[in-house]
Amino acid sequence: MSSQQIPEENLPVEQGTAHGAVEGAGDPFADPGLPAHKPRIQDIDERAANRSERAVALMFTLSMLATVGFIASYVIFPVDQIVYIWPFGHVSALNFSLGLTLGLALFLIGAGAVHWARTLMSDVEVADDRHAIEATPEVKAKVLADFADGARESALGRRKLIRNTMFGALALVPLSGVVLLRDLGPLPEKKLRKTLWAKGKQLVNMNTMEPLRPEDVVVGSLTFAMPEGLEEDAHDFQSQIAKAALMIIRIEPDNIKDKREREWAHEGIVAFSKICTHVGCPISLYEQQTHHVLCPCHQSTFDLSDGARVIFGPAGHALPQLRIGVNSEGNLEALGDFEEPVGPAFWERG
Amino acid sequence: MSTATETQRKAPAGERVADWADGRLGIYGLAKANMRKIFPDHWSFMLGEICLYSFIIIILTGVYLTLFFHPSMNEVVYHGSYEPMQGIRMSEAYASTLDISFDVRGGLLVRQIHHWAAVIFLAGMFVHMFRVFFTGAYRKPREINWLFGFLLFVLGMFTGFTGYSLPDDLLSGTGVRFTQGAILSMPIVGTYISMFLFGGEFPGTDIIARFYSIHILLLPGIMLGLVVGHLILVFFHKHTQFAGPGKTNKNVVGMPLLPVYMAKAGGFFFLVFGFISVIAAIATINPIWALGPYRPDQVSTGAQPDWYMGFAEGFVRVMPGWEINLWGHTLVLGVLIPLVLFGVVLAALALYPFIESWITGDKREHHILDRPRNAPTRTGLGVAWVTIYFVMLIGGGNDIWATHFHMSLNAISWFVRIAFFVGPVLAFVVTRRICLGLQRRDKEKVLHGRESGTIKRLPHGEFVEIHEPLSPEQLHTLTAHEQYKPIEIGPTVDENGVERKPSALQKLRARLSKSYYGENNQIAKPTAEEYKEITSGHGHH
Repeated sequence: MSSQQIPEENLPVEQGTAHGAVEGAGDPFADPGLPAHKPRIQDIDERAANRSERAVALMFTLSMLATVGFIASYVIFPVDQIVYIWPFGHVSALNFSLGLTLGLALFLIGAGAVHWARTLMSDVEVADDRHAIEATPEVKAKVLADFADGARESALGRRKLIRNTMFGALALVPLSGVVLLRDLGPLPEKKLRKTLWAKGKQLVNMNTMEPLRPEDVVVGSLTFAMPEGLEEDAHDFQSQIAKAALMIIRIEPDNIKDKREREWAHEGIVAFSKICTHVGCPISLYEQQTHHVLCPCHQSTFDLSDGARVIFGPAGHALPQLRIGVNSEGNLEALGDFEEPVGPAFWERG
Repeated sequence: MSTATETQRKAPAGERVADWADGRLGIYGLAKANMRKIFPDHWSFMLGEICLYSFIIIILTGVYLTLFFHPSMNEVVYHGSYEPMQGIRMSEAYASTLDISFDVRGGLLVRQIHHWAAVIFLAGMFVHMFRVFFTGAYRKPREINWLFGFLLFVLGMFTGFTGYSLPDDLLSGTGVRFTQGAILSMPIVGTYISMFLFGGEFPGTDIIARFYSIHILLLPGIMLGLVVGHLILVFFHKHTQFAGPGKTNKNVVGMPLLPVYMAKAGGFFFLVFGFISVIAAIATINPIWALGPYRPDQVSTGAQPDWYMGFAEGFVRVMPGWEINLWGHTLVLGVLIPLVLFGVVLAALALYPFIESWITGDKREHHILDRPRNAPTRTGLGVAWVTIYFVMLIGGGNDIWATHFHMSLNAISWFVRIAFFVGPVLAFVVTRRICLGLQRRDKEKVLHGRESGTIKRLPHGEFVEIHEPLSPEQLHTLTAHEQYKPIEIGPTVDENGVERKPSALQKLRARLSKSYYGENNQIAKPTAEEYKEITSGHGHH
């Protein structure tokens, strides 16, 4: 506990006042005091000082020219002109010239000021006294007495009813602010458990926007699909695709190790959620030979030939699979929604 | 009478303006205390200035950007001057960022200055904070200012994150998705916070507008207050200084604010601004046009946050994907633990000054800085922290490391997992040893002088190197540091024979104190007796 007092002798002697046991004139480590000021060349040679003055003035003058250059660049270069400048490559002429001239204009003001300070302003070091941050005991006593007077005059300590009701009122009033935040968003309810997929919804190829047919999906290809009826200009498109995006691949049925995966597939065509179960990035890297997919964000790796189980990385569970089949028109269709929530895990997921 | 009016009329215009202001604001009183205020000089003291100036630059450029940016997620079809995006569906936020970059003259420059300044602001705070840490400048009376600075660093991270998310491009949207996934991992409240933050399901149509208000008003407002408080405290406490001749704990040695520091610090603002402008001219930052607008079902490879979020990214990437499913609920440890560690690693920084002052029991003011070597345990702990930080940065960029250096990504992840535990321990031990070695060298130098490089042959053929004695200034500087004695628990039986049981906390404190100041954990500095014995006696060697 902090109530345990540290004996005084445990603390080192204060710096700058003494250096241990040996103290006084014989102390070889005693503070010799501020060293004498060493004059700079500008302090003794007026011509050197004049040279410094000219250097400072030159920098300020060049800064003015740079500002003129900035305005000129703004007027001269069209906003879309691209030029080749070694070693930066193809850059916007306007951005390049504006940045350089502005940079120079500013930098030269700074360089001039610093050069002025370093060469022409006094560089004699002087010492200022510090004063303790703490108040003196008299000041402290006065403040405490004043506070006691104020507290007594308010009668807060004596009239407990006032005190208690006031605390109650002050504690309750911020609740209004908290209540007002309620409409920031809806309650979660079952929203994270449902996607747009439902029995009979066709799988739409996201490149062609046409319904997918089994013969479109060949071994070794990776196809992205979304549910039919979801339009890109729908107001909730982003929120819906964030849950419904699908990855479709075809694996020789004999090579599917997971029994349920084989049953939920259609002739080796399997559909998995594209949304990583780690923190929700879309998975996009597919290794044809091994049927592994990799999330480029945090490198979670899933084996799509084995129920999309996690084989590396920070994801905590397998990618949900969508059960698919073929409808009367010969197009791939969903046989229901995902049986578990897609995307990152959460408390209510279970 | 007439002479009085005469002199009044003669008062120069500047003085009359100052008089006017003084009558209303009392400026002469303020100027008396501050105009010739002394500031010590050391290169490391400018690190904080870099932060202050980049903060000002961020505010200036940020205000300009708000004039053109539309914080809206309304979908539009792009018809601006950037050809590759013609006809592409995107949010207004993204479209207006393209406009700033390609249609507003100088808009790209201001955007790049804004972003570069933010990156430099965070880097500056990081380095400044470690200057303060390794020199012990956070000790009393500056603990509160340490906390102000810490808060600025943390708020700066979140202001940066909300800022680079605003363009609603593919990369930043991925970062927002990652944040939402992390929020979901919080037990019980995760889904609720996510729904409330996004105004519904991810991504919804509110998040950009909400981030905008957080990014340009809420966080910078708090930060501005903290910056002002930080500076007031710097003025009030007066700046720390390194030990040296004429410098004591009771004075501050340096040059006055007017004119030297007005010119140097004021000039330095222009240097920083100029430097960042040149960088913005020649180096592209966050080319949002390269990746396209955000879509939750699309992603780019090599996605990286800005550097200051990289260590949090590292935790998320290398953590094993642990999930506990019990009683119909899921505890997502694989994401929750990184989230907690992110907080713990930062909190350790905030709390350290208080832990150290508890161990030393020192309640005095400290205005003389420590050289890092003279506080080996503190320095070791600091380097251990930095090691964790950089190990996690490697973890956060494991894909970049893998592709650039042709290494196995899995191996890098495993390296980071192990280095997270081993690295800081190793760094601590090595750093402390180096510190102790440097302390020994200082002691050697004080007692035997400086190696002159001149080799002398003695009459009997032996070669010796001549050591030059140090000047009184050097002797003082090398012996001016404080050395604590370790705290003892004391006898467990008091003078009356009654057993006294030290509390567990007392024992812990004594152990910690010993590890800081115990016999082998610092080199006793030379005493005057030792020095006299060696120098007065049989001379050198």
